[in-house]
Order: sequence, then C-alpha cells, then structure tokens
Amino acid sequence: MIYEHSREGRRATAQAPLETTEAAGIPAELRRTRPPLLPQVSEMQAVRHFTRLSQKNFSIDTQFYPLGSCTMKYNPRACNTLASLPGLLSRHPLAPDTHSQGFMACLYELQEILKTVTGMHAVSLTPAAGAQGEFAGVAMIRAYHDAREDGARSEILVPDAAHGTNPASAVMCGYKAREIPTGADGDIDIEALKSVLGPQTAGIMLTNPSTVGVFERRIKEIAELVHAVGGLLYYDGANLNAILGKVRPGDMGFDVIHMNLHKTFSTPHGGGGPGAGPVGVSKRLEPYLPVPMVDFDGSDYRWLTEIDRPDSIGRLSAFAGNAGVLIRAYVYARLLGREGMHRVSEFSTLNANYLLKRLMDAGFDAAYPERRASHEFILTLKRQAKELGVNTMDFAKRLLDYGVHAPTTYFPLLVPECLLVEPTETEAKEDLDNFVEIMQTIKQEAENQPETVKQAPHTMPVRRLDDVRAARELDLAWKGGEQPSK
Amino acid sequence: MSNTPTDRRYAKSHEWLKDEGDGSFTIGITDHAQELLGDLVFVDLPEVGASLEAGSDCAVVESVKAASDVYSPVTGEVIAVNEALDGAPETINEDAFGAGWMFKVKLTESGELDNLLDATGYDALLAEEA
Amino acid sequence: MPFIPHTEEDIREMLAAIGVGHIDALFDEIPRELRCGELETIPPGMPEMEVSRLMQARARADGQPLCFIGAGAYDHHIPAAVWELATRGEFYTAYTPYQAEASQGTLQLLYEYQSMMTALTGMDVSNASLYDGASALAEAVLMAVRANRKSKSKRILLPRSLHPAYRRVVHTIVRNQRIELVEVDYDANTGLIDSADLETHGGEDFAALVIPQPNFFGVLEAVDGLTDWAHQNGMLAIAVVNPLAMALLKPAGEWGEQGADICCGEGQPLGAPLASGGPYFGFLCSTDKLVRQIPGRIIGKTVDVEGKTGYALTLQAREQHIRRSKATSNICTNQGLMVTAATIHMTLMGAEGLQRTAAACHANTDRLIQALTALPGVEPVFEGAVFHERVLRLPIEAKKALRALAAHNVLGGVDLSADYPALGDALLVCATELRSEDDIENYRAKLERVIQSQSQTPCQLKPDW
Repeated sequence: MIYEHSREGRRATAQAPLETTEAAGIPAELRRTRPPLLPQVSEMQAVRHFTRLSQKNFSIDTQFYPLGSCTMKYNPRACNTLASLPGLLSRHPLAPDTHSQGFMACLYELQEILKTVTGMHAVSLTPAAGAQGEFAGVAMIRAYHDAREDGARSEILVPDAAHGTNPASAVMCGYKAREIPTGADGDIDIEALKSVLGPQTAGIMLTNPSTVGVFERRIKEIAELVHAVGGLLYYDGANLNAILGKVRPGDMGFDVIHMNLHKTFSTPHGGGGPGAGPVGVSKRLEPYLPVPMVDFDGSDYRWLTEIDRPDSIGRLSAFAGNAGVLIRAYVYARLLGREGMHRVSEFSTLNANYLLKRLMDAGFDAAYPERRASHEFILTLKRQAKELGVNTMDFAKRLLDYGVHAPTTYFPLLVPECLLVEPTETEAKEDLDNFVEIMQTIKQEAENQPETVKQAPHTMPVRRLDDVRAARELDLAWKGGEQPSK
Repeated sequence: MSNTPTDRRYAKSHEWLKDEGDGSFTIGITDHAQELLGDLVFVDLPEVGASLEAGSDCAVVESVKAASDVYSPVTGEVIAVNEALDGAPETINEDAFGAGWMFKVKLTESGELDNLLDATGYDALLAEEA
Repeated sequence: MPFIPHTEEDIREMLAAIGVGHIDALFDEIPRELRCGELETIPPGMPEMEVSRLMQARARADGQPLCFIGAGAYDHHIPAAVWELATRGEFYTAYTPYQAEASQGTLQLLYEYQSMMTALTGMDVSNASLYDGASALAEAVLMAVRANRKSKSKRILLPRSLHPAYRRVVHTIVRNQRIELVEVDYDANTGLIDSADLETHGGEDFAALVIPQPNFFGVLEAVDGLTDWAHQNGMLAIAVVNPLAMALLKPAGEWGEQGADICCGEGQPLGAPLASGGPYFGFLCSTDKLVRQIPGRIIGKTVDVEGKTGYALTLQAREQHIRRSKATSNICTNQGLMVTAATIHMTLMGAEGLQRTAAACHANTDRLIQALTALPGVEPVFEGAVFHERVLRLPIEAKKALRALAAHNVLGGVDLSADYPALGDALLVCATELRSEDDIENYRAKLERVIQSQSQTPCQLKPDW
C-alpha cells in the first residue's frame, strides 16, 4: 500500500506550485477544514511503488494473453507516441475549428475507414466504449421506431450466448431483453427465433462470428426474418477482428453496429479501458447517430452537433468521446492500410484454427469440433472435470504459473467448463506451440498430481483469493487509523 | 434418503412455503437452491407492507459469481422479513429450511397453494433435474 | 505485413496441420455471396516513418494557442512521472483484472484509487471509474432512481447552472427509462441555483436533487442548505464536483447535516491531459448504504488461502456479466488507464500539492478577472465567490471577440450565448495555475485591441449597390 510509505510532512515538493495563496475569496463555510487523507511520499517512493505494482501484472507486452472475446493483440508503440504529440495532447476540446483542422482530419478519415471496413452508410465515433456503443445503437433502433410511430415494439432479442452487456444495454433503452437459444451446431436456433418474432420485436442483437467462436452461417436468412416483422439487426463488433476485409456487417444485412477499437484496432486495454465504441448505421438510421460527428466540405472540417442533426439520439459524453483512443486507432489503421486489414482476419483465423487443431490432437475437446474456428474457439474441460476433478478454473490458474494469461473462463455460460481461446494474429507459431505444450503438461499434472493444479497458482504474488470474504466483509477503501499492515 | 421437510410446500423455482397456522406463511429457498448458488454474500429482501403476486420476483440472493431472483410462491402482503440475514447471509447456507427463512406473508389468494408441490413432488422434481 | 510474425514456412506448416491448402479456405463457412472484395477506398499501409510525418504535420497544424478555456476540461501541470509510469506496458497493455492473481498491480492500484477518491470527496465508497463526468452523472441519476425507494416518481431536479453538455448527456442516457428531468433556474444576479424556483418544488416527489460545486459559471453553490433541503424533501443529494476543488472546498460527504448521498464528476483535472476531450474518466462515490446500487467495477481487499493480503473485483453480482438485464448498468470496460494516471498524480501531488494547485488556479483567475475588467465595458456577470472560472460580459459580440482573439492565438473562453441567451455577450473564462502573469497580460492586451477595433463607430456610408 502506498500509504505505508506515508510520513507526516513528507512531500514530492517539485510538483506543487511555489506560490502559496490563501484563496481569500472563498468563504470559510465552503472550505475544507481537514486535508484529505492522501499519501505523503517522496517522488522516488512513488515511482518505485508504482513500478513494483506494475510488475505484479500480466500484460500483452510481457505474456501470451489469449483472452477470448478481448482481442489482446500487440499494441504498436507508435500509436501512443503519435497520439501524444504536443499539439494533440494540449488541444482543448472546445478549441475553435480554426485550431482543430489537423485533429479533425484524423477523425474524419477514421470515420471513412470504418465505414468502408464495415460496409455501413455512416459512422459516429463518439461512444466511449463498446457498451456505450451498444447503448447508442439500441437507442437509435428505438428512435427509428418512435419516429415511425411504431412505439409498441417492446423486445430486443439476444442469443443466450450473448455477452451480458447486450441485455443490459437493451434494458437501459427501455426494452425487455428476450433470450433465444443456440442450436447444437453453435448457430442460432432458427425455429426458436421464428417462434418469438412478431410485432413486438424491436430488433435483435447478434455477434458474428458469435460468442461461441463460429460464423453464423444463416445470417442472411435471420436478417430477412427479422426485417420481415419490422425489426432491425444490431451487430455487436466484439469479434470484428475475425472478419476484417472478408465480410462486412453492412453486407450481411445489419442496420446498426458498434466496433470495439480497443480490440480490432489495437488501442491499449489499459488495465480495463479506456476503449472506444464507434457506431455505424445503414441509411435509414443515419439521422439518429450520436453527436458530435466530423463533416468535411472539401476544404474545411467542422463539427456536426445537435443543431445540425436535430434527430440525433444526442450526446454521450461532455465532449467528443475518447478522442485520444480514436487517434491511436487512426494511426493503427494508417500503418496497416487496406492489405494489412485483410491480413488481420487471415492470420488471427489461421492462428486460432492451428491452435485448436493442435489442442484437439493433444487430447482436448472442442465445444464445436465440426465447425471451423473463427479468430477464437471454445474448449470444454467437462471430461477432465468429471474424470479428474480438475476444473476449468484450476487449469486457468495453473496456466498463470507457466507464464501465460488464462483464456476467458466460464463464458459463454451455455458451454460447461469452457475456455474461450483467442490467440490473435500477432502471436508467432512458436508461442502457440509453447501454449500447447503447457496445456499438455497441465493435463498430465491433472492426471498424476491433481492437487498441484487444484491449488494453483503457486508462483504469483498471491495465491487464490477469498472472494467470499471480499464480498461479505467489504473493505473498499483504506480509511486511515493504523498504518496498513505489510 | 431425502432431507426435504414434509411440513411445507414447494415451488418449482426452489422456494419453500410453510403455513404457520396463524394465517401467516413463511417463505425461504430450499437447501438444494442454496447448494447450487454456493456461499451467499448478500440477500435483498422485500419491504414489509409490499404486496406480492404469485410468481413475481421479490427478493435476490447473491453469491460471488451469481445472483438469483427469488419468486413469491403466492399472492399476499409481506408482514415480516428476516433481518438477521442482513450481515449474515451465510445463515441460508447453513440452515435454509430453518433460521435461513426470508420473509413472511399474509395470503390474499388461498387457492394458489394447490399449485405448489409437496415434499415428494419436489424430490421428484430434483431427481428429474439431476 | 506489419505486426504479423509468420514466415512462409510457418504458414505452410500451420496450413498442413489444419489440413487446408490456403488461408482463404479457413473462411469457407462464410457464404460466398456475402464475401467482400478489396477495400479500395482505404489507403495502402504506410511505414511508421511516414505515418509519423503525417501525424506531426497534423499536430502542428492545430498550433498551441494560449488557452483560457475551462468549461469542464482544465489545463493543469501533470508530473512527468505520471505518464512515464502509466504507459509502462504492464499497465498499458493489461486488461480488466479477470485473473486476480496475475493482476494484483492493477487491482491494488484501483484499491488505492478508491481510497484516495473517498478521502478527497469525504464519501464512504468509490467505484473504479466510469467514462467521463457527464456519463457518470447520468449513472448517478439512474442509481438515485433505483436507490430512493421512498420516491415513486422517477423525477430528478437538475439545475440550469449545471454544465449544459452534462444536462444533454443525462437526457440522452436516461430518457428511454421514462425518467423526467425537471430544470431549476439560476439566479440572474448570483448565478446560483435560484432558491425561489427550487422552493416551488418543496414537498413534491423527486428522487434526487443534483448539486454542482462549483457550478458551470464557476460560482460556488450554498451546498449545505441545498443538501439539507433535498433531504428534508425526501430526495437524495447528488453532488457533481471538480475533484481538484475538493482539495480546497468542503467535501461532498460533509455537506449539510448528513452529507451528499452520491458524489460524481470529471476526473480529468487529476492527471489527464486536455487531449481534445478524452480519454478522461468519470468518478462516482457514495455512502455505504448505496454501495450495491453503484454501477461499474469495485475492488475489495481480502486475503488469499495463506492469509496474505490481496485485492479482487467484488460485488460482481451487480454487473452485467452476471446480472445481465438486471445489472445496475451496462458498463464493462471503464477508464482504467486514466485511473492509473490519476492515482499516481494524487500520490505525487499529495493533499498539499492539490490544495496549492487549487488555490493557485483561484488566484490566477482572480488576476485574470482584475486585468480584463479594467478594460472599458468588460464586467463580471455574477457577484459572489468562484473557484477558478467566471463569466464576463463584453461590450462587443462575444463570438466575434473570440474569433479575433483566436486569430492571435489566444483562446479567450467559451461563448455562452447559445446556451444562456439571457446573459448577453458573455464569456466563461478560466486561468489555471499554468497561466503566467505574461499570459494574462497577453490576453488583456489583445482583448483591449479587439474591443477597440470592433467598437469603433461603423462607417456611415452605405455601399451603393
């Protein structure tokens, strides 16, 4: 704890203004009477503390990180360096257009690039993350129905395998989320879909390739069915990395999509954000896109706001969303160019299929063995859990001991004891081979010395944590009193 | 051998309901339900005075990795809640059929009791689900 | 192929292992007719050197004007160590700490962040961040509607002295849940929440009153009385505060008899560069009582199987990945990296450093106001105490003045005429601790010239068309 280094009167003196003023204009009853309990440390103590903390993390820069559904690929350093150029970093969000042409050019071109790769009619960059993009997308579906005085539509359909943000976003927009089952082959159960479609259907939210790691083959038919009852199709861009330059959501029949730039466009995940979740729409939803957007008349760039776009669902953040993330994505897109984008899907798919094949050969069970993997795939350790008493959680924790971040565990919920593995295109063959060897080793350990696996990890800064205690005896902030224990 | 108490009735959604003989009914979740959820960390109870409809969600039980709605087996008014669960949700894990009761209701639709299972019927349901 | 490590031999071996002849065969489940061709309108890839040249030109094109704009984003000193550390790969390229044992760095840091934010705001608990200040307020409004079981109305009192963009964002995010936002006017003399207008809502059913400190005009609201008024009328009090101001001002947890119930705001002043508006981060703190209604990630301290202290995501049953359609919010990814920077920033500044910075901003804005109001026709619009921003009325059209100043590389503030037409030609100005006396004199001198040139009597001779 940083507070352990705290001593009364210690300061990082180089950081505060030299001048001391009383702020005499502020009346006493509005002032603070005691200073807040912040650490009192020297600059070096702070640097050392946070450096050491960083070393307790797994990250893409230090480990293989095949976290399914999260696209943990290499984040090129140039994206950070160039987004941090002084002119970009010091630009105030309300700076006039005369002092924003360079910045707006980047945003405008990013809008155009995203339009092309997704096959959508128009794009707004402003949502701050995938979930906010989902919110914006569903809000646009609602605005569309409302504008047609078709307000009786009350349901958004989501597959049972969908990410939890889908139903949560639908509810935030005032809809009821209704689940539809996934068939045994991993595709949507079309008959079940037909049985729930009707005049109450506002839309359907799909991820394609889906969260079970396979391409929804009957997407065209699904689109026709949903459109036939007057519903709209929402594309969750979580898995866009799998199809970049191969097939476009717009061509599949989707009306609205969001993209996760921190996945497909390789902006940093930052320990849990910031992300960016631009939305793209078909022509009929274009009036409802969230503001601001960037417009270009051939010579100048300018902001489009509520005034230019009166039917917009509105504003999602005080300024223009996570601008610095958008700049990083723009730099990435320019480095890749059009051929680079095709290769993203090609090599992420190659890596996933190769890894799946090697793991199946090593005795692991695929959840959908008859299907081609997309950029990710699901293993099920149901057999190992039953026969050896070693479950997915145990495998995941043991992987950490071998210096690999665990794949996503227990998602999607419909596959028991599952591991969702996404190697991404930036991993070399030998790293994939190494992962297979580690998985084999753990399987052997599970057979011969299961306790080693069940009690893993052994080499991390902490062993397995008591989550029950964390939730029952809430300790969410250090409140002073005694020095925290070491 | 079943441990399902025979002095009460059961809903398919794994709640139990016991006639206290004074016009009030006590409601909780079954031992099977608490076992599926694992260590409970929080229980959200209805407010005294709330009117419940049969089948409506009226309480929530949370474990670390799951949250589950509790549905009222009957239509009625909440007349008491087990405040001891606030701060000691593990009581449900330890004694789901006894000290881990959740709330008491005064029935407004007595006919609904017939829709519920008895102990044998509930055991059969569990056997089916297994 | 940028960033793809495969050699020709790798590709051959991998395809052979899979049992297909070429990479394109891996896409055989995608219906042919859906496949797209070349993405012709996307430019070809460029080496880093060329992208670097392009970006430097773009960044240069925007210049680095002297900035007197605040309005929710403030130009502050950020210690060099903050971003040196935050961009270490182990912070920068990790994700949400799903595997706690391999994420103790991020988790402990977030616990330290929560500790610092509760200290600064005087609240009991803090989450691990939301997107920005405006969306944090929208989440606070949703939270208040869920939490205030006494209120049945789903109505919220939102003052007009709150940032206009915040009001718009709240509207966008909550309106589909049939939550009604009722505006409270500001007092034309003081810029404060109009107590007479507020009083007309006394006894009515509202879930919460939103209280900004400082408000959008920079003015300091009478937060004690407002908080008590909210509580007396069965409402929750939602504080929207500048976190830097909290180092100097009474923290939200101490407002009135009982303190605010929820405190949220924009975290940008704590270590995030202006960067065109983001990424910043929203913070959200509350009383213990409301902890289960908080949206977003929360980290708790616990122990491992050997009794050693560790940190983990907790109260996850509130969140979308477990609770799905009944979650407290749809938020998943938050603004982790910005919080990393903020935690390091607060550590290096300390309570004294933040307090001195806040006081220096207050003093600088005071100097700026003194200098500008010495010009003929320039006057403050509202009386009373401010934190580090103030509204000035100009003797010329505000929009034109700003344009002329910008042409001289001075960003003179925000024109309020669109959002507050009643204020006339009004500007919201701010001078943070980074503006020097020379900067202030520069602004004054240029404004003087602009006023002189624009207020000269227009030529009486009409052109003869």
